[in-house]
Parts: sequence; C-alpha cells; structure tokens
Amino acid sequence: MTTRMPPGFRERQELMDKSRLARTLSRMAHEILEREPEVARTVLVGVRTRGVPLARRLAALMAEASGVGPVVGALDITLYRDDLTTVGPQPVIKGTDIPCSIDGRTVVLVDDVLYTGRTVRAALDELIDFGRPARIELAVLVDRGHRELPIRADFVGRTLTTTRQEMVQVELAEEDGVDQVVLLERAPVPRPRAAPSPPRVAKRRRLPKRRPKANLKAASRNRQRTRRGTR
Amino acid sequence: MSAGFPHRHLLGIEPLEPSHIETILDTAQGLREVLDRPIKKVPALRGKTVVNLFYEASTRTRSSFEIAEKVLSADSLSIATGTSSVQKGETLLDTAKNLEAMNPDMIVMRHGSSGAPHFLARHCRSAIVNAGDGAHEHPTQALLDALTLRQKKGRLKGLKVAIVGDILHSRVARSNVWLLTKMGAKVVLSAPPTLMSPGLEALAPTTYSIDEAVEGADAIMMLRIQLERMGGGYVPSLREYHRRFGLTEERVKRAQKDVIIMHPGPMNRGVEIASEVADGPYSVILDQVTNGVAVRMAVLLLLLGGAQEAQS
Repeated sequence: MTTRMPPGFRERQELMDKSRLARTLSRMAHEILEREPEVARTVLVGVRTRGVPLARRLAALMAEASGVGPVVGALDITLYRDDLTTVGPQPVIKGTDIPCSIDGRTVVLVDDVLYTGRTVRAALDELIDFGRPARIELAVLVDRGHRELPIRADFVGRTLTTTRQEMVQVELAEEDGVDQVVLLERAPVPRPRAAPSPPRVAKRRRLPKRRPKANLKAASRNRQRTRRGTR
Repeated sequence: MSAGFPHRHLLGIEPLEPSHIETILDTAQGLREVLDRPIKKVPALRGKTVVNLFYEASTRTRSSFEIAEKVLSADSLSIATGTSSVQKGETLLDTAKNLEAMNPDMIVMRHGSSGAPHFLARHCRSAIVNAGDGAHEHPTQALLDALTLRQKKGRLKGLKVAIVGDILHSRVARSNVWLLTKMGAKVVLSAPPTLMSPGLEALAPTTYSIDEAVEGADAIMMLRIQLERMGGGYVPSLREYHRRFGLTEERVKRAQKDVIIMHPGPMNRGVEIASEVADGPYSVILDQVTNGVAVRMAVLLLLLGGAQEAQS
C-alpha cells in the first residue's frame, strides 16, 4: 500500500518493489558510468524532493562500481516554475545546493518521474544560471509519457504507458519510509443517494471485502494485456 | 508540507497564527541561498509590479525590499515622499488611488501614522505590506529577528529574550513581543519608566533595570533611542541614558555565555549600545541585515506567488 495517498485517488498496481527498484537503480548507475567514465568530473543533481535521494543512491552505486563517486547536488526548481503565480498552494522552498562549480563538467539531472517535461525545463533554466556545463543529461526512474515540451531522458529506469487520469508515485525510504513505485488512478466519485445513507463507519469496513486484492491484480493484468494487444 | 499562508496582506504580526509565522521563516530560510548564487536572480515574480511607498526615512528596510524585489525579478519603483506630489499636499488616499490606477500588484508602505497600511488595505486592490507604521508594527523586522534567532539558537521556544530601550516609540518592540510570545519564547522588556509602553506590560514582564533584564538572557535586542520622536524630555541626557540603560561589556557578562546581541539599526553608538559590544563577537547585527533580504523575499513570494486561496 502507498504511504501517501493523494485525495481522490486509489491504488491500482504496484510497479516496482524494493528489490526491483534496487536492481533498476544499479542498472542505471552502470549506464551512466558507461557513458561518463570520468566520474570525478560528473555532477549528479537531484531535483527536489525525490530526485535528491535517488541521486545520492546512484552516486553511491557509481562509487561502488568505479571507486570514485560523483559530486551530488540538490535543485529546488520552485522559483523557476512556469505556473508559480497561477497555482496554489505554494510548495515549501527548501533551497538549491550545488556544492561545486558546474562549469565545463557533465551534469546528470536526476528526477523520479518524467511526465510533461515542465519540471525538467525549469531545472535546465536554473542550472544554466549556475554556470556553463559541458553537457546536461537526464536520468529518471520512470518515464510515463505525455510530454508537453521537446524533452527526452538519457537514462530511464522504466518506461510506462499511462493515461492522464493515472499517477505514478515513487516512494523512497529516505522520504517515505518504504521503497516502492505504485500506479494510482482516480477513484470514481460516489453517486449521491436518494435515501439517507447508512452509518459511514460500517460502509468503510465492508469496502475491502467487496474488492479482494486478487481481483484487483487480475483486473490490472487484464488491462495490460489488452493494451499490449492494441500496440 | 506547507501550512500555507492564507493572507493577502502583511499588516502586522498580531493577526498571524504561529503556523503562518513558521511558513514565512521556513520559506525565508530556503530562499537565503539564492543570495549566495553566482547569478542572484530567479524568475519567480516576473511581470509583477511592486511600489515601495516610503513616507519616512529608511535605508535598511527600503534597500532590503528593493533587493528582494530585484532578486525575485519583480519590477519595482520606489517613491520617497520628499520628492513626490505628497509635498504638494496630496492625501494618502489620493496618492494610493493614483498609484493603483497604474495597476501594481503590491504596495510596500512605511508611514508615520499607526494604521496607515490598514487604511490602504481597505481601499486598494493591491497586496499591502507594512514596512513600519508609526509606533504600531514593523512585521518584517520582527520576522528577520526571529529568523536570525532561529539560525543562531536552533529554536525560538523557551529562549529568554531581553528587549531593552525605547519601548514606548518602538514598533520593532511591539512586533517582536507578539512574534516571540506566539512562538513560545520568554520576553522581558526593560526601559526607563518614561519610555515604557503601558499596553505592552500586559503582554510580557517588564523591569526598569537593564541588569535584571539581561540576567541569563539567550539574546538581547537593543532598541534605538528615537531622537526624532523625542519632543518632550523623556531622558535627562544621553550620557545618563547610556550609564543607566546602555549595553556595555560589563552588562553582557550577566547574560548566557553564548548570548547574541541584536539591534534593528540604525545604532546610536555610545548611547544605547557601546561600540565594543556592537562590534563584539556575539553581535549578529549584520546577519540581521542579510536575513532581512531573505525574509522580505519570502513575504513577496508568499503574497504574490501562488494562487490566493483565502483572502484576509
């Protein structure tokens, strides 16, 4: 189960468990190493919030494999968002922390989910205000499609086909106490009843019985099968 | 997550909840780092216009607001009333209405009369920030003091803070008493009987002896003797004031070993604070100035960035 369920959503499917997440990150770390053999000249910059622990883990895995670890930084893109003055409420500003000059180095941006690409656009603008890197690359744990800008990732943990009504939620031990990736979907809005409804407590208790877990999994398996069939 | 900041104006500390104060301080702490960047500018408030309307002299507050506005990419203009139509007899409301006809998003205002920003907030559509109104409130000063205290001491709750000097005329003291008591700090006020404020005695313990006030204090806030507001002899002489109420090294020794000394500026050296103390290792007066920019950035961002959910 997810540890932070946004209102109006329910869980549809687990996409990665702890060990799968670890294997995926390990593969990504090796791919980055393959492309960037000069680890000491590479800076891994995590996009707050969950990009930061991901960048730290990738850096540790790279250090394990090559003996040298890259520099790790954190980027708070809030002040560069294109919707800052139009959507509310305001996110908490935690600040950017890039511990070295990025001039002439390779910067690998790390984020949890790549969706519209707007976060990456903001991150690129902010990075450029810190210097002139030799190259900027993008590593994401999940690419769920639906880009609104011409942006693509260089290192991808897993590519997913999703609908816009769904939500991919990455949960990391550092932030959420658990390692997993789950797919959420919008819960149907309950229909208003004509008759006065029975006490709510009783209703809630019955809910899980009506929808046994096995059925849920089967439903999602069926769903994937049909989707694969159409592609 | 953010407790949010459900206000349209910042008129004072008194109406704020502790969680709102926490939000401003957290935001300011996060923004502090922007001032150390190679390019000290972020596009957060691009296309927003801020008018700084100052009816009273100010160096720190006005330049600090101006820098905060520029760092956040807001367009700002500052009006010093000495060289404006106010000299030709225009009323406050007319000046404000005319400025508003140019459609600014925010007016930052300092005025000699208590309640002037509240008056403006009732008549204008723009967000109003109080940058000091008479002897009433100076909210951003109290916020920057709190941010400095929190950085140096790691907390506000339980701290013993002595506020010493011209309490009667001080909007800084009033805002600070409200803020610090809301956040759970213990405040002691000290002033000569002629400069004590009767209203504040209800909010915090008071003493006429500075030695008693600074005893065991974690922080000492010195207030400026406001010579310009001293029509009728509140103190016999400045030299006597320094002897009875000036912060000297001797007096600092009565406080905690790791005490910090604060002053909102401008200082009267040799009157309320001895030069050795102002320049001493425990003085955080210049940190306060830097934090002032961060706090004002936070206020601008919280009032102008993000959709307004609740209006107050």
